[in-house]
Amino acid sequence: MSGTIPQALYEQLSHQLEQVVGFIYPNEVETQWAILIVVYPYITGIVAGAFILASLVKVFNVVEVQPIYRLALLTALAFMLVAGMPLQLHLGHPLRAYEIFMTPQPTSAMAMFGFVYLWYLLGILLIEIWFEYRHQLVLMGQQARGLMKGVYGALSLFSKDVSPEALAFDKKASKFVTVIGIPSAFLLHGYVGFIFGSVKANPWWGSVLMPIVFLMSAIVSGIAMVMFIYILLSLIRNEKLDMRCLDKIGLFLMVAIIVDFALEALDYVHRIYQSEESIGILAQLVSSRLFFSMVIVQIMLGMLLPLLILAMVRIAHFNEDLRRMLYFTSSLLILVGIFSMRWNVVIGGQLYSKSLRGLMAYKMEITGIESLMTALALLALPFIILTVLFWLLPPRWMERRGPAAVH
Amino acid sequence: MNKRDFLKDAILFFPAAATLQALAKDAQGAAGSAATPAGYDATRHWYGMGVDVDKCIGCNRCVEACKAENDVPEEPFYFRTWIERYQIHADGETTVECISTRAAPPEQAVPEDPTVVRTFFVPKLCNQCAHPPCVQVCPVGATFQTQDGVVLVDAERCIGCRYCIQACPYGARYLNPKTRTADKCTFCYHRITEGLLPACVEVCPTEARIFGDLKGKADRLVRFHRVNEISVLKPDLNTEPKVLYAKLDGEVR
Repeated sequence: MSGTIPQALYEQLSHQLEQVVGFIYPNEVETQWAILIVVYPYITGIVAGAFILASLVKVFNVVEVQPIYRLALLTALAFMLVAGMPLQLHLGHPLRAYEIFMTPQPTSAMAMFGFVYLWYLLGILLIEIWFEYRHQLVLMGQQARGLMKGVYGALSLFSKDVSPEALAFDKKASKFVTVIGIPSAFLLHGYVGFIFGSVKANPWWGSVLMPIVFLMSAIVSGIAMVMFIYILLSLIRNEKLDMRCLDKIGLFLMVAIIVDFALEALDYVHRIYQSEESIGILAQLVSSRLFFSMVIVQIMLGMLLPLLILAMVRIAHFNEDLRRMLYFTSSLLILVGIFSMRWNVVIGGQLYSKSLRGLMAYKMEITGIESLMTALALLALPFIILTVLFWLLPPRWMERRGPAAVH
Repeated sequence: MNKRDFLKDAILFFPAAATLQALAKDAQGAAGSAATPAGYDATRHWYGMGVDVDKCIGCNRCVEACKAENDVPEEPFYFRTWIERYQIHADGETTVECISTRAAPPEQAVPEDPTVVRTFFVPKLCNQCAHPPCVQVCPVGATFQTQDGVVLVDAERCIGCRYCIQACPYGARYLNPKTRTADKCTFCYHRITEGLLPACVEVCPTEARIFGDLKGKADRLVRFHRVNEISVLKPDLNTEPKVLYAKLDGEVR
């Protein structure tokens, strides 16, 4: 056909049209929200989860988790800086994105997310990290030379006061920000769930449980990501891990998975029991198009298997090496599982027709803007940012200076 | 703060303030208004469309006229209006097909299938809901409802996030690949504000589509509403469609 549309798009849509089963509305061939919109809630969830893990130390005084406090904060920041990118790249007119802030639409869940995101980044995360690091930044600025002196000076916002009163204030302020930060982190990812959960046109999304399911899975993925990075760093640097800390994170992870699993199970049981108009097509969706990504990867490999491993670690008396390996394996499985969960929500919700009479298909592009390559790049970017952050703001710099240099 | 710090800050602050001011001006630009001819008073109308299901013969001329009139991409993935064919079988099963996506007309208008007990066509288009979920979700106010009840998209403002496409329960929207913005039926707003009929209504050979003004006293649509038993699509979603169907089968969603 002589095309008025780009050839690649025409080929993708023709391919997807061939895969249609049953009847769909003709405009439903195109997958409107593709791989980048899978990446977006995945990354945002990690931010919220990592922050909540960090706040356990500050607000609930879980001293065992202290060694990963800064690691968790920097992880949250690294992922937060990337969180908006998949949204931006996915827009038909990326350069018009600022309109979301200029023309606030209080009725739009998506528009309000822009403000929640900004609040969380500027109002919580950056301020908390600044108070946490201010003392270190001042000291590093004193030791550094040349350009780096200026960089640390700027990062500490040219503050120089390291008197005990000032440091006490830092501590108080940081705790205060964390207390506000917890509901904000809940808001951040609960809101992402609301963007999907409030769509009444789509029964796969439109569930009142969606925000809370998103939030719990966010906590699971955030804890798993911090655990993964913590173990990975110890392997790279060949350092000994704090096993007390790791065991504690493992416990939190296990509890979070149980709650997450219970919520998701409740959602499915509720749907099956209510058996509304959409149940037939949704059952068909889950047993065909989503069987592998949902039943196998999300539920069995990404949830039940790591739950089993984490429970075993708590019951049996494994040695440290084995425990470390098992934690590493389960954190990786969970990270893959939560990614599948995002996929099954975002893509799954677009694989059945709103006529409830047919199934669509999604063929992921390998290259291009909305493609596998972009998704992989966006998932790799937080790790690059994190490496830079570790270099700029070494989490254990203060401890390594030794007791002599505390003043 | 000393003088030097103050100047440094000022150098940063003033260009930023000017940029923000320019953006604010842009934001105040006419949101939610559409170009209409001089003398046209939108508040005096409340447009809708009636569809007489029994009269539709599935000729697809409305679809072709719409695509030509509104520059809808010709590929079979983009429709402002389309025709569905329903076949009710003896065992109660229903098969549905969109005849507007066919590359060529079928050789037989009615297939010789003895299990089919009844068949009919249903024209679909944007329902121009009185409570449009698409308008509710738009993050920039690019899609809006006019005072005469038509839901439009401002292509100059739309950022192409596709949230409205997700929110539409009727599959009436698509992302126009030429403009990279959301697109949908406008009831041919450029025509109706001039007193003309929408293109699909104009070309329909059986008058299956009745366009009208629900505020008009002697209007054809008001009469259509009065003499027919009316159904709308997916009434449980409380979107309050203004596309009114007569003799609609319960199988149609």
